[in-house]
Formats: sequence, structure tokens, C-alpha cells
Amino acid sequence: METLPPIVPKKKPRKFSTSPILTAIFSFLMNLMEFPASLTQRVIGVKRMGYFFLMPNLLIFGIFILFPMLLNFYFGFTTGDSILLQNREWVGTANLERIFDCETFLDHNTCAEDLFWRGMGNTARFVIWQVGMMVLISLITALALNRDIAGRAFFRSIFFYPVLLSPVVVALIWKWILQHQHGLLNALLVGIGMEKIPFLLDAQWAQFWVIFVSVWAQMGFYTLILLAGLQAIPADLYEAAAIDGADAIQGFFKITLPLLMPTMVVVLVLSLIRAVQIFDQVFVLTNGGPGTATLYIVQYIYRTGFEHRRYGMAAAASLVLAVVLMVLTIGQLAINREKEAA
Amino acid sequence: MTDFKQFLTRRRGGKRLDTTDILTYIYLITGVVVMFGPVLWLLMSSFKPPEAMYEFPPTFFPYQQETAIVEGYDDPLPLYDAILEDGTEAQLAQVARVGLVARMIDPQNPEAGLINVPIDQREPVRSIAFNLQNYTGAINRFPFMTYLRNTVVVTVAATLLTLLVNSMAAFGLSKYKFKGRDFLFLVMISTLMVPVSVILIPAFLVIARVGWSNDLLGLIVPGAATPTGVFLLRQYMLTIPDELLDSARIDGASEWRIYWQIILPLAGPAMAVLAIFSVMWRWNDFLWPLIVVTRSELFTLQVGLNAFQGELNVQWHYILAMTVLTLLPITIIFALLQKYITTGIATTGMK
Repeated sequence: METLPPIVPKKKPRKFSTSPILTAIFSFLMNLMEFPASLTQRVIGVKRMGYFFLMPNLLIFGIFILFPMLLNFYFGFTTGDSILLQNREWVGTANLERIFDCETFLDHNTCAEDLFWRGMGNTARFVIWQVGMMVLISLITALALNRDIAGRAFFRSIFFYPVLLSPVVVALIWKWILQHQHGLLNALLVGIGMEKIPFLLDAQWAQFWVIFVSVWAQMGFYTLILLAGLQAIPADLYEAAAIDGADAIQGFFKITLPLLMPTMVVVLVLSLIRAVQIFDQVFVLTNGGPGTATLYIVQYIYRTGFEHRRYGMAAAASLVLAVVLMVLTIGQLAINREKEAA
Repeated sequence: MTDFKQFLTRRRGGKRLDTTDILTYIYLITGVVVMFGPVLWLLMSSFKPPEAMYEFPPTFFPYQQETAIVEGYDDPLPLYDAILEDGTEAQLAQVARVGLVARMIDPQNPEAGLINVPIDQREPVRSIAFNLQNYTGAINRFPFMTYLRNTVVVTVAATLLTLLVNSMAAFGLSKYKFKGRDFLFLVMISTLMVPVSVILIPAFLVIARVGWSNDLLGLIVPGAATPTGVFLLRQYMLTIPDELLDSARIDGASEWRIYWQIILPLAGPAMAVLAIFSVMWRWNDFLWPLIVVTRSELFTLQVGLNAFQGELNVQWHYILAMTVLTLLPITIIFALLQKYITTGIATTGMK
């Protein structure tokens, strides 16, 4: 994940007040570990204690993240409906070949694994619209919040609040509002003299709302990052430009936008990678429907693996997805490097 | 013309409320309606009695029909504003409805006997009422408490474990020089790019092999080694001067003691940020518990909520109440620790 400069403690942090009982329990537990830790220290020496401290994290990381990642390669080249390794049959590149078995890549219906390409196509369209809207709306909001106006803190928290809600909660809130028969939005439509619309039962409306809801849920996060970027731009630059006779619009295009570019790249990449992985919200909101109108690639993997028990195909599909994500990341790194060189 | 405009937007203190300011306010206030309106709507709806939920058009506030206790009747009777045959209005209680005619009685004067009123000549008397029946109903009907307990257990245990192993690893990575250190760090950071969704199947296999499928441990342990947490804490610990460690060593402190009595307290702010994030991640986690846990007595709130909304006969009044209860703890944490959360995100760019 791309990160902004790390936290630097500006002022002395307030001392954390903890209850004496908790402190006592904490000290007791830590003292318990003193003996095995000191023993290790005596055996391997102070210099190698780094390994000791790294060990628990590395163990969990290795078993539950790194090892599955490597195992995924093996799974992608096997077939069968048993998850146990000894029951899996090696088929070489058959899964991958099946994925790429298409008469023409322009029409997913001509593919052997048509749902994979349907999911890919849906995801591509979703990503383009969602990331575009996300960057645009976050930027406008950050610019608005960066102005010297009353109630900034209040507005900032309101825009940020949905970020904290779980995908399930977000989806349920909107499912309730978008209800066909007695939803709030349809009530408003009827109120202004229009017909009710079956928002989640119509393919195009469903696609629109999936994009809208995911922007709604996450824009506060990117707004916050952009706001931090805006506040890092020194104010005297604008003052100097004003003295030279530049107006607000020139100031925006000549100062704000160029200096905000690195932050924009971060936002673009983070939102892009997260958009490709869209799953939980849609799973609850439309479950891929109507039909396969909102079936995105991760849901295809989930369905293929956990509902149809085609583990090999699901793993192969996730390999393809991993490659896509890798290309996106490398592309971003390349752009960054070019920028730095320029 | 410009003078006129300036005159209109003149304010005290020499500051002017210009067009851009007005546009900004319009934008932000619209934003507040769009961002917070849906949550408010959920909250209001959750207090409505089931029949009011399916009313069209819906009302913003939850209303409840008023009732009156009338002598001679065991149950409280619903109150209506009725228009009588002679054109006068009266507040009557309905005893029964027969076809298109309601049999009503005057609560003030029950001896007067029943009055027949056509049903289109009466309007229910309603008042705003924040009714908790959906909440009590949801808690009784669904194993809500079990889900809540599971979620709390997972969130608390996982956060403690995350803080322990991540701070240990960050300490090791930032304060020791050993072979392979930078390589290990690089491997960890690079996996940040790979989402859980990509390794679902093999990760599930590992969980099953370890025997943690259908076990809360399977929800607690795997996510504890977050590369994000290690990264955040390591960056923070790098700012702690090494001289502090050296002087402790001279005083005879063991490496373990240095870790928990010197480094941990000094890394307090970063630990607090990670703790808040960890609570948020675990409380809201959905995909992982959905896969690991299949027995309903081990469901977390998110998985349970999803299971009920997926039922054929969706009982929205219970779902909405449960949704509110699910988002409540996170909302309270946000309200209390807002500053830490927003500065934490702005400075680390993580979520």
C-alpha cells in the first residue's frame, strides 16, 4: 500500500491514563514472559534478539498469508471438488486455458468460462466510473473543506462518518432506501410526480447504485488524504501569486493542482486497487443481480470456489486477478519514477 | 455593478461572504444531507412499528397511533378523529370494524353506546413515538446476544494480539540489525498489495487444516499479523532515540524489559491509532468470517445481519433495529476518538 509520510510526534503526547488494575495485569503478564525471553537472550545473544521479537508476527504471517499465497499457485493448476491437497488432480494449465478459451474477447458469451469475463467486463466498467467519480468528488469536497469557513470540523466528520460503517451496514441502509414499493427514494419520486423505479431490479440502475453507494461509503477517506495534501501547500505561494496578479483560477491550476499531484496519485492508486476488489457491499446490496449485471470479479471467485466448489478454477481466476493488480501497482510505480526523474 | 455586489455581501470585520463561499456552503450542506441523511433515515425507521414501515408515502418521524382505555373493554382501543353524520368532529375509539363501517365509542362517554362511522370518515390520531419494540423484538427473536458476544470476543482478543505481535515485530525491525531484516520487511510490505479475496481458497484450506474452521480462533489469529500495523509502529519507533535503549542496557535491563517498559509506553500514540483501526477492522470484517464460520452460533454481527437480510421473508423492522445496534459501537468510538482517527488516517494513509 502506498503511504504518506509517517507520523512524526509534534508535541509531547498526553499521557494515557489507564486503570491501576489493568496496569497491574499488564505488568504481571509481561513479567511472566521475562524468564523465557531472558533465557533466549542468553542463548542467542543481544544482537539476534531481533529474530525473537519478529518471530510471533512472522509465524502468523507466514502460515496465514504467505503460505496460502504460494499454495494458490498450486491450486490454480489442479482440479476437483475436494479442498484437500492429496485429493486434487494435477491438470497443468488447463484451468488457465479454459479461462482464456474465447472465440473473441469482445463478447463474454463466446468464452468457455463466460462468467469470468462477464465479471471482468463489469469490474472494468465499474472501476472506470467509480474511480473517476471518487477522485472528482473527493477533490471537490477537500477543496471545499480547505476553505476558511465556519463549521469545518463538523462538515469533515460528517463526510468521513460513512467510512467507519461496515459494508453490510452500508448495503442495508441503501437497500432500505432503494426499496421498490416503500423506499424513501421512490416516495420522493412520487412526491414530485414521477413513477416509481425498481432501482435494484433494473440492470442499469443497479450498476449505477453500486457505484454511487461505494463512492458514498469511501469518499470521506480519500477526502481526508487530499485535505492533508492541500494543507501541506504553503500559503505564501498563493500570496506571492496574488501579488503577481494571479486570480483564484490561475492559482488553482498553477499552484494547487501541480503540488497536489503526488497525493492525487496516491488516491488514484488506492481507490483503483480497492475498486478492483469490490465485493462485500455488492454481495449484500444486489448479490450480483439482477442476472449478472453487478457480478464483479471477486464475487465470481467467491461463487466459483465456495458455492460451486470449483476450487481450481477459482484459484486460477484469482491468479489472473493478482496479475492485474500487480500490473496496476507496477504501472503506478513507473509513473511515480518518471515523475521523480522529470 | 461591482459596488452593488460588494455592498450586498458586506460583512462585519471586513470579511466578505463572496459567491465562492456561498457555493461552498450550498455544496457542503447538500453533502451533509446525502452523507448523513441515509443514516438518520435508518435510525428513524428503526423506531417505527412494522405496519408504519410499509406505509407509502413514509413519514420522516416514527409515529404511533394513540390508544385509549375504555371501561368495559380489556384491551386499549385505537383512537380516531371521526366526522359524524351531522358533520361534527369527535375523537372516538374504535371497537371493531365491520366491512366499510367502523363501530366506535366515545371514550369520555362510554354509556352513549356504539356509533357507526364509515371508515373513510375517520383518521387515526397519531403522535411521534420512539418505540423500542423492534429492538426488543430483534434481540429476542434472533440470537443477537450470541452474535454480539462473538463479535466482542473476536474484536477484543484480535486487537490485543495485533498490538502485541505487531509491536514486537516493529521493535525487532526498528531497533536491531540482523541478517535478512530488510528482506523480511520488504516481503511483508509487498503483501499489502494482495487482498484477502485473492487467497480465499488456500487460506481457507490452511484454516481447515489447523482445525480452526468453525472456531473463533480462526477469526482472531490470521488477521493479527497486519503488515500495515507493523509498518505504522516501525515508522514511529524509528523516531525513538537508540541512546535510550543503550542507557537501559547499561543499567542491566534485559531486552524484553526494554521492550515493554521503555518502548511500549513511548509508542503509546501509535499504538492507540493501531488499536482504533484494529477495532474498526475486526468489528466490520465480513468476507473472512463469512468463509471461516458456517455454524450460526459462531456468527459475528456482520455475518448474522447478512444471513437475516438474505431470508426469503425479509423482516425489515428487525433488520433495521439490528443494523442500528451494529453501527452504534463504532459510532460511539468515532465520536469519542475522532481526532485520533482522522489524524491517524491523514498521516499514514491507511485504513
